Amino acid sequence: MLEIIKEPWPWYVAGPLIGLTVPILLIIGNKSFGISSSLRHICAACIPANISFFKYDWKKESWNLFFVFGIFLGGIIAAYFLANPNPVEITAKLSEQLNSYGITDRSGLLPKELFSWESLFTLRGFIMIVVGGFLVGFGTRYAGGCTSGHAIMGISNLQWPSLVATICFMIGGFIMANLILPYILSL
Amino acid sequence: MNTLENKNTDTEGINGSQLKDSGFSNFKYMLVGILFGIVFVKAEIISWFRIQEMFQLQSFFMYGVIGSAVLVGIISVQIIKRFNIKTIQGEKIEIQPKTFSKGQIYGGLLFGFGWAITGACPGPLFAQIGTGVTVIVVTLLSAILGTWFYGLIKDKLPH
Repeated sequence: MLEIIKEPWPWYVAGPLIGLTVPILLIIGNKSFGISSSLRHICAACIPANISFFKYDWKKESWNLFFVFGIFLGGIIAAYFLANPNPVEITAKLSEQLNSYGITDRSGLLPKELFSWESLFTLRGFIMIVVGGFLVGFGTRYAGGCTSGHAIMGISNLQWPSLVATICFMIGGFIMANLILPYILSL
Repeated sequence: MNTLENKNTDTEGINGSQLKDSGFSNFKYMLVGILFGIVFVKAEIISWFRIQEMFQLQSFFMYGVIGSAVLVGIISVQIIKRFNIKTIQGEKIEIQPKTFSKGQIYGGLLFGFGWAITGACPGPLFAQIGTGVTVIVVTLLSAILGTWFYGLIKDKLPH
């Protein structure tokens, strides 16, 4: 049994489990699924700086912080007790592309050449780690949600603005991955 | 103290409950988070490689994950509404509607850029740190800074 769990899980197991988070959070406490809002609550709790967007009762939303802390703990459990011992499998085409940028590490879910403390102090690593993170935080809040809040929770509730947001997430991702990222990776 | 400002345009992660959560009852959300984090890692959704494969249309995997998650979500929400299912505390389930703003377009595109660069949405960032890639703490701090910067210049942006 544990052997099966240690294998990478297929999409038709992972997707429905993620989808079930929507009714679970609603039923156990009337909470709408959404993760990027946790970043806003952290701002409100730590650096509100008298900005009206961060002046609200974040303690009422602290369930969200417990939830993301759980995700962090889940990451630890999965990595240390349920880890897949084999290198991550990726498509031959992607592997070839990445090799041409000198990205050959396949030991983890993130390539060490891009996401490591050594990399942080290179131009390429700085863009991947710092600029990328900034865009995630700025963009999700500007859009009023992320993949969980819009793509999953919003569309689950048949909200068309969430569909618009999700389509824009995808367009942005296609543009970056295909047209811009190759230049960043070759830095 | 206000409740969440512009609740209708930014309803993500909203607490629809009027009840006050005690510190202890919040632990059930942590438990759901733990299970969620395990799924994230075990299905390799937090993998930078999977996100590149998705955006380069090389693999069906992430489309299958998101598509089946949405399908299960839609069916669940319909069942909750149809049968008027209550929370375990007996409250009526409230889901705030999302109202359209141009932010969903501009912000959506910017988040898309960030998603393809980092290979992560906000949720996977927490799980990635958990798996031991400690430098992602910097990505998370930068995402928090990005959120803060949005709050700072929000009124000057088109919405």
